[in-house]
Amino acid sequence: MSRRSAIDSARARSAWMFVAPMLIVLALVAAWPLARTIWFSMTNATLVDLTTYDFIWFDNFVVHAEGRWYGIFTDPQWLRALWNTLVFAAVSVSLELVLGVIVALIVNAALPGRGLMRAAMLVPWAIPTVVSAKIWQWMLNDQFGVVNAMLEGAGFIDGPVAWLGGSSLAMVSIIMVDVWKTTPFVALLVLAALQTLPKEIYEAAKVDGIHPVKVFFKVTLPLIKPALVVAVIFRLLDAMRMFDLVYVMTGSSEETMTLSVFARQALVSFQDVGYGSAASTGLFLIIALITVIYIMALKPLGREKAA
Amino acid sequence: MRGKRMLKTGGLIALWIVVALFLLFPFYYAVVSSFREGSAIFEASLWPANPTFANYEAVMTDQPFAKNILNSLIVAFSVVVLSLGLATFASYAFGRAKFKGRRLLLYTILGVSMFPQVAVLSGLFEIVRLFGLYNNLLSLVFSYMIFTLPFTVWVLTSFMRDLPVEIEEAAIMDGASSWTIVTKVFLPLLAPALVTTGLLAFIAAWNEFLFALSFTLTNEQRTVPVAIALITGASQYELPWGNIMAASVIVTVPLIVLVLFFQKKLVAGLTAGAVKG
Repeated sequence: MSRRSAIDSARARSAWMFVAPMLIVLALVAAWPLARTIWFSMTNATLVDLTTYDFIWFDNFVVHAEGRWYGIFTDPQWLRALWNTLVFAAVSVSLELVLGVIVALIVNAALPGRGLMRAAMLVPWAIPTVVSAKIWQWMLNDQFGVVNAMLEGAGFIDGPVAWLGGSSLAMVSIIMVDVWKTTPFVALLVLAALQTLPKEIYEAAKVDGIHPVKVFFKVTLPLIKPALVVAVIFRLLDAMRMFDLVYVMTGSSEETMTLSVFARQALVSFQDVGYGSAASTGLFLIIALITVIYIMALKPLGREKAA
Repeated sequence: MRGKRMLKTGGLIALWIVVALFLLFPFYYAVVSSFREGSAIFEASLWPANPTFANYEAVMTDQPFAKNILNSLIVAFSVVVLSLGLATFASYAFGRAKFKGRRLLLYTILGVSMFPQVAVLSGLFEIVRLFGLYNNLLSLVFSYMIFTLPFTVWVLTSFMRDLPVEIEEAAIMDGASSWTIVTKVFLPLLAPALVTTGLLAFIAAWNEFLFALSFTLTNEQRTVPVAIALITGASQYELPWGNIMAASVIVTVPLIVLVLFFQKKLVAGLTAGAVKG
């Protein structure tokens, strides 16, 4: 007993020393800047001079002055960006989840060459987002793009389609590129979960002559649910803060602008640190809210399992 | 029965080929486009008729692209070394010591990984200016810690926890200090985990865009993603697609080779991080 407790107390004593350097860096790079962003969101600071500003409380969020409403919560562009972000997150994550499970089931089949297939799945994930954005921008080019050429050759379209030129098609295109890039990631997570499942269940189901579709919904899906739950929260948080794909493919076009693009535009392009920080704080709060709701929604599930 | 099975296998193989084509075609097309020059690039054919390296030469001479690659390498390597160093020591404490506030701290660190990057942008701008790091690669090495530290700490902590306690006890009995235990005893055992997390940190740093776009100004200080995103032609409507595709291929091929080489480790790291995180 004494030996074990001696080790424990020795470890506890040095523990803080070992954690401190990492904590200091994290405080400096995350906690402090976040606090400053929230502070700036209540000021009218500009990027030109971050030291002189007035404290204006919540005027950057919402204020009624001279018979008009101001602030991000009444800014049609911010509201549009909020809508875009929610649509992007909901649609892309749902598609990635469904397609990810389908691809994982397809690849999970015991055929020669499975290793190669898994390697192919890593390729879209390995390509830098900016590069994927540029490649797809080129493929979707309205005049010279290979996508239009192929669709026209196959007779699906009559003339060139402006995929990325200011219409609702731009959002469709961006969702498609994100699905291409991240479905393999979801599929790899699902694949890892699939490979831990006991084979006996499937043999038993086969012997009993149960239809494979029923086996999937009654056996496989419940068993891989924990992996799906993790994949969804990862993807959802990523999708909510989407920046690079949209910024590179369609710039600050209104049809596709996300909350991150809006915030950076206010902050850097318009040099309005106060307004931009308010937009950033808004995004932070929305993401925090989603995380809390998600964790709360999962809690009863966890208890059910434990019981 | 046998015919049915063959049909099923044939169907599966067909599905595999469709999936593989969809996954790989964009990069293949980028490679094909990068070997076409002049008006040939505008013919949307699926193979290069007269392959040429002109685009590769142009991208290296028209702009400081070699410098951009060097910048990306410097930033990514520094980020890997710094975050692995900080995370190894922290994970020793998190994984093997019982101290007050341990769980709370771990979950706070996990919370940091959900931060949207723009949420810290104005605060980081202030710090970067304060230390005079604007348009300096150090600003990127510093700011990238926000996304590399949380996951390196989490993954390494789970590995630290699984190391056998007997080794540590023997070292303590021999009078080894905690420092010696981490650097001499645990570090070699952690090597596989360090390779995986280091690689993931490297890729994350290599690909980062928002901070790199915001904290650098001149072409010479840009990293690869920003350089590629900002390649412009004679006018806004005349993007030099051949150059862009050549640049894309140059920075992606090493990454794909790296990822395929460390395939098993990477997938294990990704799924471990996700499942345990």
